[in-house]
Amino acid sequence: MAHTHEHGRDHDHDHDHGAPHRHPPRADHDDRPVSYYQVMTTAVFELLIEKGVVTAAEVRSNIEAMDGRTPEQGARVVARAWSDPAFRGRLLADGTAACQELGIEMGPTRLVVVENTDQVHNLVVCTLCSCYPRMVLGRPPDWYKSRAYRSRAVREPRAVLAEFGTRLGDGVTVRVHDSTADMRYLVLPRRPAGTQGWSEEKLARLVTRDSMIGVAEASEAAAL
Amino acid sequence: MATKGRRATRAKPARRKPALRAKRVVGAPRVGRTAAPIPSDIAVAFRPGDRVRVRAIYPPGHIRTPHYIRGKSGLIERLCGSFGNPEELAFGRSGAPRQPLYRVRFIQSEVWPDYAGQRHDTVDIEIYQHWLERA
Repeated sequence: MAHTHEHGRDHDHDHDHGAPHRHPPRADHDDRPVSYYQVMTTAVFELLIEKGVVTAAEVRSNIEAMDGRTPEQGARVVARAWSDPAFRGRLLADGTAACQELGIEMGPTRLVVVENTDQVHNLVVCTLCSCYPRMVLGRPPDWYKSRAYRSRAVREPRAVLAEFGTRLGDGVTVRVHDSTADMRYLVLPRRPAGTQGWSEEKLARLVTRDSMIGVAEASEAAAL
Repeated sequence: MATKGRRATRAKPARRKPALRAKRVVGAPRVGRTAAPIPSDIAVAFRPGDRVRVRAIYPPGHIRTPHYIRGKSGLIERLCGSFGNPEELAFGRSGAPRQPLYRVRFIQSEVWPDYAGQRHDTVDIEIYQHWLERA
């Protein structure tokens, strides 16, 4: 039975299994032996610092910047596109430049924005590794990096979409984008019905990470 | 891999007169309008709408062309620009000459004979020019 009491404490409330007791310890993520690549990462990190190539503070600030990026960035881009047709046009023509307008830099990669319509549904995958538009969506979810998603999204996208609760009509074209090289992809989901007159800030709250990968639609207006 | 062709390609920059390079500037691609025109050592060979086939070759190394698409044909969707060749960059080399990169659109039912979706479903893949031939 699952229970949530604090451990390491005697408790006198009435359990029928007697107290005090211990649960079998669960493995922490760092209980496993250190892998080859972890050792290599640490070795390279230490060498770079020792040789003065980078400082520990620079590495830390980069990690913090990486962790600081979230799907809220992408949601801001989508909400602007829903609200401003001219921006939408620029975004579809050149995603990198349009994001710069909002202060989002794509770094060495370029952003291609693909638009969902009544006739077309876009889905993004990287079959070779796990390329992901981190500058607008932050770090990818674990499933995006799984072999199952990477192989099935391209092989049977409609089945994958159905598992995410996204069922498309036969008249809708499914367009998969395999992110194999220097481009990164952001899906511009369809604007939900019943959101006329909403502010960009309010619209952005309907734009989920999954809707920008393409496994789902944006949330319905009633979700707020 | 076509080692003969690759060797010839790699040897080119040393022999080429610098004056020629400026003329081989590719216009700014549709993607990345903000970037300056990208000088490319490899001339752009395909245009949107061209039918191309992905070479069915299996060289070792760091290859960004998925196995499942080799030997298949599709249409050029757009030119993405020119980029350092990842097969060179992966080994710490310069990546020169830069390769034009395209998005190529394939019909899913032609990629997977038993594809369960609709006939009009597609998959778009980024492929470097040296992996493409006219179909």
